[in-house]
Amino acid sequence: MIERIKTFVARYGALLLTLVIFLSVYFAGGQLYPAMRKPQVFFNLFINDSSLLLVSIGMTMVILSGGGGIDLSVGGMIALVSTASAALLRAGVSPFIVLPLMIVMGVALGALMGWIIQSLKVQPFIATLMGLFFTRGMAYIISLTSVTITNDVYRTFALTPIHIPFISKAYIYPTTLVGPIMLIVAIYLSFFTRFGRTIYAMGNNEQSAMLMGLPVARTKILVYAFSGLCSALAGIVFSMSLLAGYGQFATGMELDAIASVVIGGTSLSGGVGNVIGTLFGVLIHGTIVSILQFNGTLSSWWTRIGVGVLTLIAIGIQSIFSVKTKRS
Amino acid sequence: MNNPNNIVEMVGITKSFPGVVALEDVDFSLRKGEIHALVGENGAGKSTLIKILTGVEQPDRGTIALDGKFVHVRSPQHSQELGISTVYQEVNLCTNISVAENIMLGREPHRFGSIHWKKMNEMAQHAIDRLNIDVDVTKPLGNYSIAIQQMVAIARALEVLSAKVLILDEPTSSLDIQETNLLFDVMRRLKSEGIGIIFITHFLDQVYQIADRITVLRNGKLVGSYEASALPRFELVAKMLGRSLVELDAMAKEKSQEEGGENKQPLVEAKALGLTGTLKPVDLQINASEVLGIAGLLGSGRTEMVSLIYGVTTPDTGSLVVDGKEVTKFSPLESLKRGVALCPEDRKAEGVVGDLTVRENIILALQARYGWFKFISPQKQNEIANKYIQMLGIVTPSPEQLVKNLSGGNQQKVILARWLATNPKVLILDEPTRGIDVGAKTEIQKLVIQLAEEGKSCMFISSELDEVMRVSDRIAVLRDRSKVAEYANDVDEKTLIQAMAGEV
Amino acid sequence: MKQTTFLKKIRESQLFWPLVAWALILLFNAIVAPGFFKLGIIEDPVYGKRLYGNLVDIFNNGAPLMLVAIGMTLVIATGGVDLSVGAVIAISAAMGAVLINPALGNQLITNDILTRNATNTPLPIIILADLAAGTLCGLWNGLLVSRAKIQPMVATLILMVAGRGIAQLITNGQIMTIYYTPYFWFGNGYILGLPVSIYIVTAVLLLAWLLVRKTAIGLFIESVGINTKSTYYSGINEKNVKLLAYTFCGFCGAIAGLILSSYVHSADGNNNGLNYELDAILSVVMGGTLMTGGRFSLLASVIGAVVIWTFTVTVYSLGVPANALLAAKAVLVLLVILLYSDYSRRLTNRLFERRGSQHDRAN
Repeated sequence: MIERIKTFVARYGALLLTLVIFLSVYFAGGQLYPAMRKPQVFFNLFINDSSLLLVSIGMTMVILSGGGGIDLSVGGMIALVSTASAALLRAGVSPFIVLPLMIVMGVALGALMGWIIQSLKVQPFIATLMGLFFTRGMAYIISLTSVTITNDVYRTFALTPIHIPFISKAYIYPTTLVGPIMLIVAIYLSFFTRFGRTIYAMGNNEQSAMLMGLPVARTKILVYAFSGLCSALAGIVFSMSLLAGYGQFATGMELDAIASVVIGGTSLSGGVGNVIGTLFGVLIHGTIVSILQFNGTLSSWWTRIGVGVLTLIAIGIQSIFSVKTKRS
Repeated sequence: MNNPNNIVEMVGITKSFPGVVALEDVDFSLRKGEIHALVGENGAGKSTLIKILTGVEQPDRGTIALDGKFVHVRSPQHSQELGISTVYQEVNLCTNISVAENIMLGREPHRFGSIHWKKMNEMAQHAIDRLNIDVDVTKPLGNYSIAIQQMVAIARALEVLSAKVLILDEPTSSLDIQETNLLFDVMRRLKSEGIGIIFITHFLDQVYQIADRITVLRNGKLVGSYEASALPRFELVAKMLGRSLVELDAMAKEKSQEEGGENKQPLVEAKALGLTGTLKPVDLQINASEVLGIAGLLGSGRTEMVSLIYGVTTPDTGSLVVDGKEVTKFSPLESLKRGVALCPEDRKAEGVVGDLTVRENIILALQARYGWFKFISPQKQNEIANKYIQMLGIVTPSPEQLVKNLSGGNQQKVILARWLATNPKVLILDEPTRGIDVGAKTEIQKLVIQLAEEGKSCMFISSELDEVMRVSDRIAVLRDRSKVAEYANDVDEKTLIQAMAGEV
Repeated sequence: MKQTTFLKKIRESQLFWPLVAWALILLFNAIVAPGFFKLGIIEDPVYGKRLYGNLVDIFNNGAPLMLVAIGMTLVIATGGVDLSVGAVIAISAAMGAVLINPALGNQLITNDILTRNATNTPLPIIILADLAAGTLCGLWNGLLVSRAKIQPMVATLILMVAGRGIAQLITNGQIMTIYYTPYFWFGNGYILGLPVSIYIVTAVLLLAWLLVRKTAIGLFIESVGINTKSTYYSGINEKNVKLLAYTFCGFCGAIAGLILSSYVHSADGNNNGLNYELDAILSVVMGGTLMTGGRFSLLASVIGAVVIWTFTVTVYSLGVPANALLAAKAVLVLLVILLYSDYSRRLTNRLFERRGSQHDRAN
């Protein structure tokens, strides 16, 4: 029995730790600000952070694949997708053409970055930093100012609340569901397909994965394409919830995503962690932002500083953990 | 084919790389159900032979037959398809995923578009059971010791690749005795199943413990293949080092008793210096104007010992006294300030800074010793560089040539110059003559003797015994990560080899 | 074959390609806008007679970038990168603004306090505080990279994002306009008819050059960037070398922030030095320093920065909006990185050598 508990802790320990941290932060918030005890506050985490959850899922897969893998382009992708879809909708294009088009664009840009990283041997942070500037630049080329969306389909998605059964006055929006759905997709991919297992294998040791005959090169390109998909979806959700598109949307979201991933227990050196942890990382991030907002006297820039500090702490905890495992 | 029992038959294999003949007319055969040890010192050609068998390199001449049929091994993948699998010292598996995945990934069973975990675990367990070891295949590979990881690699080779020939490349280097025995049990089991195993190791005990036959290579040539039971250990070491018994006996008689050294002042004195898991406590003294030779086979702990003395690693037992002062701070810079210099073994990774010029490489350590702000002027730099280029006969078009463009021997001389420029009291040379041509070798040997005459003390490490004997005043012998003997320079080669082989 | 070796020397100089690029852009301008090179002398009400013209503006406005490029060169040469330079500029700018204006705390700032031409703090202290803030940021980055062993990209990304928060924190989230005239001298002043910023860049370049080439630091930085392990074995404290590079980069960012805020008369935590990290990386790469570290040339990086700025000005003058330029620059960075990669270098060398091979054989 004790052996089984040990195994369980060893396997799910990091995840449990993240869960415990989330719960304690959440309840601490509830103690400080009674208004935070409303159930809707919990669902607001999902509503407000649906884009962040999406890009963090993609980011998790990229970081898991190792080799310094990172995707700094996520914020820019949101800006580009939101601006491009707003502009297309304003030009009268049907949303049912715009939506798939945006997804294809995201996947294609992601795959392009993956190809540059894999085939041209450019460091991931350089390639995706260029991706960030490229996508933001393109967003500004489309429009220098914020473009509002008046399309009915978008408005319906954005403004129809879905009531949560059994909990009074609690609701979410249709767009809120995209994140959790992608989470399930990512769980399936990472645990039940060769693609996912290859990501883990190459994140641990790319050379070994190659010698094991796994399709490392293809997987690397695909993982950036997957992150591109997630960012494109995040861009769609973002534009739906704000009913606008703007080149300045989601500035600094790359660090929010990296912070969430790291807080969620994924190691920056790759191969360790999972998307479920990332969900809690995003929720912890969201809760801390909520607390700052409930405080009211603390201003928005504290969020940025807070995220930086949080990332640093998470990296610190991880390096302590990795030293420990190396010793044992 | 002359022997139907042979699964591998390599004949007349020759392979040369630019400037070196790595293998010359080497024959090698492996029988079914045999454990065949392949031994030889660095540069003997073991790894080249294995690379040719596994398709990493193509031979210039020679044939390979597998199960009596001639084959052309095109690539590592192809060799795996042919049933040849290799397990390395550093296991080429992924520690973060489960044992079952490590065995099955690439051939994993699917159901309803997803991995069929239950079936995969069953298949992996089956493969593990075949080796008769106790492993939970659902746990991450990293939970297990290197020994088990190697066996998982073997399981993968057998299960996924249905290997008939298994190459174990230094598998026991990081295993303790128990783990080694566990591995040997598995090897014997596989042997009884008719699998041919090529076992590469530098632990001679283990060769005799497990191998049926031994093939000795030296300097790219085949010394011979022998039944293990018919080759005494001493003779094996002599063959690895290129000596015949008759020759050794004669030399032992000829060598005259020279006068013992006068009582010299110890410059470096190590007492019980050691680092857990790396080097067992060692006592060592180096005197002024003396060359201390270090003899020992690969893996005997010689590099580990000098790393401690130079302060690359910090010891956890014992004490080190340099020039009368107890050492408390262990780092290369501190050693440099104490007048201790190390010319490291791995020239490429630890020695040269490839994209710097010859001049910059030569003055690097001296400048490090001076610190950031006491800059050596360009004129002075040129002076120093030119001095050592002349003194050591470094062949370079100019001091401004990038070091990476020089030949191996000249790179080595540049590194030597770097240390000589700091005017050290103690110069430690770890395999300074490896991979360089004969002329350069002799020059470096002469230089070492000359330095000692000038009052410096040197530690000279080499895999080549004659070299060690030629330059050294005293010779310390290391074996199994500890110092086992020390001799004056009148020792004969036979005694040394016996000490290295562990037959004192 | 003296001539071919001379040509080869020129071609292998790190200054060669950035100068060629600059010449091409200038040539383009000469054709498209003949007035581009016009220089003149006008009487400035404050600073007396001064030179004016596009070229002067390029050097004046490009000064912050040139400064940041100098610092970034050292960091990249050690094999790292500093993504936080833009944020450091913002912090330094905010520091200057807040010390001039009494906006500490949450007190209400009335217009007359803000707009009077006065300062709360003596100018030398403002400058020192600016420099100290930026240098501290650099030191922080350096400690994270060299001591905590965090990958440079992640370590500096933290400050890239959090730093803008810090800048806003300093100015209490406001865009602070500066009305204190002596402060404007750094970005708008003239000495002997030339912009002050040119003198500052020259001074910093000289200082950096003295620091790295007249001491052993330059050699150590290159050595660390090429082979960290060999460098360590040679007795060099590679951690302190990295620490110094990041700290100096922070110092350069601080001066850049000072000039920038002085030039635009304001401090804006969100937008000061926006996207400078991209331009700085581009300048350094254009100057021939590899992203993997090693050989560097400070002057080449500064010329790289001049090229970037000339390019920027040229594109603006064609009527392309500022932010759209980002996309073009991103593509440009990638192309330049690929051009300078080992692969294409070998390719160009082979092309050149094929032509020269007959001469070589004759030797």
